[in-house]
Amino acid sequence: MLPDKKGYFGRFGGRFVPETLMSAIYELESSYRQAHESASFRKDLEHYLREYAGRPTGLYLAENLTSKMGGAKIYLKREDLLHTGAHKINNTIGQALLAIRMGKKRIIAETGAGQHGVATATVAALFGLDCEIFMGDEDIKRQAINVFKMKILGAKVTPVHSGSKTLKDAMNEAMRDWVANVGNTYYVIGSVAGPHPYPMIVRDFQSVIGKEARIQCKRNIGRLPDYIVACVGGGSNAMGIFHSFLKDKVSLIGVEAAGLGINTTHHAATLCKGSVGVLHGSKSYILQDDDGQIEIAHSISAGLDYPGVGPEHAYLKNSGRVNYVAVKDKEALEGFKLLSVTEGIIPALESSHAIYYAADLAKRLPRNKIVVVCLSGRGDKDIDIVRGVL
Amino acid sequence: MNRIDKKFIELRAKKRKAFIAYITAGDPNLTSTKRIALELEKSGVDILELGIPFSDPIADGPIIQAASHRALRGGVKLKKIFDMVIELRASTDMPIVFMTYYNPILRYGLDKFIISCRKCGVDGVIVPDLPFEEASDLIKCARLSGVATIFLASPTSTVKRIRHIVEDSRGFIYYVSLTGVTGTRSELPVDVISKIRAVKSATDKPVAVGFGVSNSEQASRIARVADGVIVGSAIVKLIGEDKGAMVKVPKLAKSLANAIHGV
Repeated sequence: MLPDKKGYFGRFGGRFVPETLMSAIYELESSYRQAHESASFRKDLEHYLREYAGRPTGLYLAENLTSKMGGAKIYLKREDLLHTGAHKINNTIGQALLAIRMGKKRIIAETGAGQHGVATATVAALFGLDCEIFMGDEDIKRQAINVFKMKILGAKVTPVHSGSKTLKDAMNEAMRDWVANVGNTYYVIGSVAGPHPYPMIVRDFQSVIGKEARIQCKRNIGRLPDYIVACVGGGSNAMGIFHSFLKDKVSLIGVEAAGLGINTTHHAATLCKGSVGVLHGSKSYILQDDDGQIEIAHSISAGLDYPGVGPEHAYLKNSGRVNYVAVKDKEALEGFKLLSVTEGIIPALESSHAIYYAADLAKRLPRNKIVVVCLSGRGDKDIDIVRGVL
Repeated sequence: MNRIDKKFIELRAKKRKAFIAYITAGDPNLTSTKRIALELEKSGVDILELGIPFSDPIADGPIIQAASHRALRGGVKLKKIFDMVIELRASTDMPIVFMTYYNPILRYGLDKFIISCRKCGVDGVIVPDLPFEEASDLIKCARLSGVATIFLASPTSTVKRIRHIVEDSRGFIYYVSLTGVTGTRSELPVDVISKIRAVKSATDKPVAVGFGVSNSEQASRIARVADGVIVGSAIVKLIGEDKGAMVKVPKLAKSLANAIHGV
């Protein structure tokens, strides 16, 4: 069972954080393991996922899209229907319950698109915790609606002016805050990234996506799908849906953001084009220059605009179990429009990457094949960006 | 013998504490760094801590973040920093330690990095995002080359962790005075003295204290119990100001040296 005792998935993962945080991440690991075994913790988690967040989410056969593509059947795992509009809430409910168990009164988080920030601010309001969200200046500009939502929910949104002013820098600042306030503060990491045990914890909380999808496939379709497609920034929704299918004969495809193209300097295709390094507490693939400086990622979707990726994805890439591909900004916009007009579902720009790839894949496959797409979030938050480019 | 060990033996014989000064290499360019380093030595600095700038310095506050940014914008590269150290070595025998995050080392190549340290005259390395759990490769390379591995201990380190940290450290142990990032602070934690004593009681190796120490009063208070005092942000802040760094930096360094050496 991965990760191993030291928090490694093969050669990826580990704990590369300042000494000041080391005791805290050991404490987190042991609290999490206890919570994981606790019947009352699981009961609480299930309760909030079902009654508050809206689980289980549907596995919807997109018939119009399927017939338009004329190939394999396309099913959507509807994480966009969850409270707050994306899969992020699966993780923040789990981590907030954990924070409460650990006696922490304040939670902090980084956010890119603002989905994780909103999901964190939401559970902070729900459970009466103080909340501060770090968000890059650039993202604050392009995700104004989510910034406003976080404020309504009572969270403090702290703009980050350093570096590329996006998700990577928000994460730097959240870590700095955690170093300074480690005694009373719980850091809710939003992706399967960061030092061990975060990649494991976030994966476990998100794995509800794949567990449900597996049962739904068997029950509704009578068999497992041939392909599962999910977008990958840090990689939490992908890890969440892939995890239950790792041992099955199902092709798993992670779709990264190719931005303006993977052969330009403007992309976020960490697994497709990056190299091994250490960023934000773990060893994984990253975008870096020859001197080990982190390069600035680019994607039209703020949630994928990150020069790192979770270490378990790095492991799954190297083992060949998951195939990672990349889809450009322009193609993602096509996916965005396509799903909107065929199914009446406006997808998040992040998820639109997976939609585009899956639709294109389905077209090339025979009709008896089945493709499941993780529709990780809805697109309301992206309306301003899309209005600007369409 | 490593220059750091030699320096601490020398200082102990004189019953003196070490003044360790941090500056970021290449801030604002490598020629200035070299000049400032030599000025610092003349002003009474015993050990020079040279920061290798990194794009994402999570253990650093705004002052050193800005310095790293200035240096990177100026086009500094690790290779050029090594070349500058070679040039520095022509004029000084002061111990030099590198402070850098782990990714630039990994990218350069761990073996190659340590060999370059040895060849260019870098006596030790401090890697703030590399806890001892992850450091076995670095330790192995460093031991072969005689480059000192300086680990950080913090107020949140347990007794058990401190035991590991002092065991794996060579040269000195870097005690982080506060839970937080680097930067100037008007007040240090109330229990800082007893915490330093606790680390010192775990080892015979020198214990130097940094993070937050920004004036002579704090420096002399720390120097009474620690073997060395590390000052970074207060100096780097002056370097970042438009004018007068070459006057202001030596002046601050002299007053800090007096405070630390006067104990």
